Amino acid sequence: MSEAMHAAQFDSAAQQEEAATLGIWVFLATELMFFGPLFFGYYYGRSHFPDGFAAASRHTEVMLGTINTAVLLTSSMLMAIAGEARKANATRLATRMLLLVAALGIAFLVIKGIEYRHEWQERLFPGAGFFFPEHQHAAAARMFYFLYFGMTGLHALHLTIGIVMVLVFALGLSRGARRFANAERIEVAALYWHFVDAVWIFLYPILYLVGRSSG
Amino acid sequence: MHARVSDIAIPDYLNEDWSLKSWLTTHDHKRIAWLYMVSITVFFFVGGAAATLIRLELATPQGDLVSADTYNRLFTAHGVIMVWMFLIPSIPSVLGNFLMPMMIGARDLAFPRLNLASWYIYVLGGLFTLGALAAGGIDTGWTFYTPFSTMFSNSNVILAITGVFILGFSSILTGLNFIVTVHKMRAPGMTWFRLPLFVWANYATSIILVLATPVLAMTLALLAAERLLHIGIFDPALGGDPLLFQHLFWFYSHPAVYIMVLPAMGVASEIIPCFARKRVFGYRFMAYAILGIASIGFLVWGHHMFVSGQSVYASMVFSLLSFLVAIPSAIKVFNWTATLYKGRITFSAPMLYALGFVGLFTIGGLTGLILASLALDVHLTDTYFVIAHFHYIMVGGSVMAYLGGIHFWWPKMTGRMYPEMWGRIAALMIFFGFNLTFFPQYLLGYEGMPRRYHAYPPEFQVLNILSSAGASILAIGYLLPLGYLLWSLFYGKRAEANPWHATGLEWQTSSPPPKHNFERTPTVLRDAYQYDPQTGTEAPQ
Repeated sequence: MSEAMHAAQFDSAAQQEEAATLGIWVFLATELMFFGPLFFGYYYGRSHFPDGFAAASRHTEVMLGTINTAVLLTSSMLMAIAGEARKANATRLATRMLLLVAALGIAFLVIKGIEYRHEWQERLFPGAGFFFPEHQHAAAARMFYFLYFGMTGLHALHLTIGIVMVLVFALGLSRGARRFANAERIEVAALYWHFVDAVWIFLYPILYLVGRSSG
Repeated sequence: MHARVSDIAIPDYLNEDWSLKSWLTTHDHKRIAWLYMVSITVFFFVGGAAATLIRLELATPQGDLVSADTYNRLFTAHGVIMVWMFLIPSIPSVLGNFLMPMMIGARDLAFPRLNLASWYIYVLGGLFTLGALAAGGIDTGWTFYTPFSTMFSNSNVILAITGVFILGFSSILTGLNFIVTVHKMRAPGMTWFRLPLFVWANYATSIILVLATPVLAMTLALLAAERLLHIGIFDPALGGDPLLFQHLFWFYSHPAVYIMVLPAMGVASEIIPCFARKRVFGYRFMAYAILGIASIGFLVWGHHMFVSGQSVYASMVFSLLSFLVAIPSAIKVFNWTATLYKGRITFSAPMLYALGFVGLFTIGGLTGLILASLALDVHLTDTYFVIAHFHYIMVGGSVMAYLGGIHFWWPKMTGRMYPEMWGRIAALMIFFGFNLTFFPQYLLGYEGMPRRYHAYPPEFQVLNILSSAGASILAIGYLLPLGYLLWSLFYGKRAEANPWHATGLEWQTSSPPPKHNFERTPTVLRDAYQYDPQTGTEAPQ
């Protein structure tokens, strides 16, 4: 790496890369704590209304949720490949992988949108029109769906940011902006992407699978 | 040492360019420190104006100056502004921003653009909060407790919490920047146990900023959802639990106390060795104590909820853990005291502030133990005893240390000396004014005067008058530095590179420093604080 490739406050490009990597890890720690109160709220609701949360969870679209889990896990794998490919200077492979990652991310959002539509039609959105057929569980289900929309909505927002980021790097690489889309930056983007994936790995069981076994 | 500073070669960071644009688009950590200093000073005096009205109202037992409702809005404004717009950013964002890179021998923070962004986020958050005040204020208290804030309050809760939500991201980005900078930007030879304790303190603070602040942000978002959409997890009518809000709120807001006081400890640890001409006693224990306070501080939030209906067993554990925080805190107080022992002490203005900090922090800390005791807390909860306790920590502790730090590093920041005699007068006035304001409040609280009322029974009047009288002295004490520090910018004596003969790297460059702090990256050869009390000399790091 040439001297000119690092910012003035750093001594070397290596130091700059290390700083960026640590920076994203610290940022992800913040992100984790940002999701914290939602998970804590879920813990509260589920421990106080176990039956209500189980009943509410049975109304989620488990098939679509499972497909989405597979979609996101696959995208993370491709993201890892993209990072390795960029490191090995296989920029065309890296570009294609990034485009696929973004496509899978968009697919996830589309499927999630279909789910939201179903839930809206079934009046499960916890607004004024909320209606839950098992009346004894209505209050708990309302809280469940508040957390469901809050958590998946926040997750989708993060995923959208991730998609834009991945697309920017894919576009950069395809136009030959190799310095802009260097291996270290793609690594940093990948850490973020994996984080968004990891959040979903927790959301999937607590939102979709909780009530299934006790049905 | 003077010889290492060339007079001609590089312009200093202030003189490089004076245009407004150069300030508002700067990436220089030293200039960003100034941006923060100017903005938090403005907010400090806005918050102080609210405090003035509170003390005026409380001079008489009758609620005759403002209505009960206005009074609620005044103490809420005072709390929100002082906590989030002054105390949290005070030492880290002003002194930390200016000093962290210099103390470790770096040219800047790791992410200078992010640093500037965090100031703009701060300003945006501040505007929302000021907007809430301009629109009539908030009456919930700074704690925004539900269900009052969600179902009953008719004030500008949403505007205010939007402001606090935004301010949080400013804190987070500053913390992130500091953590990465300390890990990755230290000059050759600057090992972890050679770091000045100010760096340790701000590092530990940054960890709290990064891990605790997002919890508050999400909690406020949930509060907003409940207030606006009537869905949520805090309202019992919806199956929720108001205690849940308190847990989440204090999970941030208790560690927030350490965000305010740890950097203050860092400042005291720089000033005391310098003016005692002695190496800080037990350096490693000081560093470990900082980390100890930061970590145990995450586990004590329940002591704010002893009478809220939380389980008694939980309260017992929280009480025990709160007592544990006293151990590293006491280590620090003892070590500062031991540093003074057989030192060559000069009572210059920064030293007066630092010694004031140690004394007031000790009183605040010891009364914290009283409040951490379950049975005593039942009697003292929501009384003026609590008010006095946390003001001893936050004002007696943090504000004293902040001012001490401003005086200590003023020559470095501006290239000018402040007038020493005025500095000492102000330090003493603040110390006496502070004690006169807040010590009577311990007695009032012990006798049962509740907080947050604008009227009180006549038997409390004498102590309240003492308190209000003290507040007027305190106010003058705070206005004095504003005056003479501004004066010194133009008329102060030119400062040398190292006027205090201190050991830190920040003193090894010119006053004010050049844009990238050092002409070449320094190599660190020694531990921090190599002062010799026999001769009064020092060996720079």
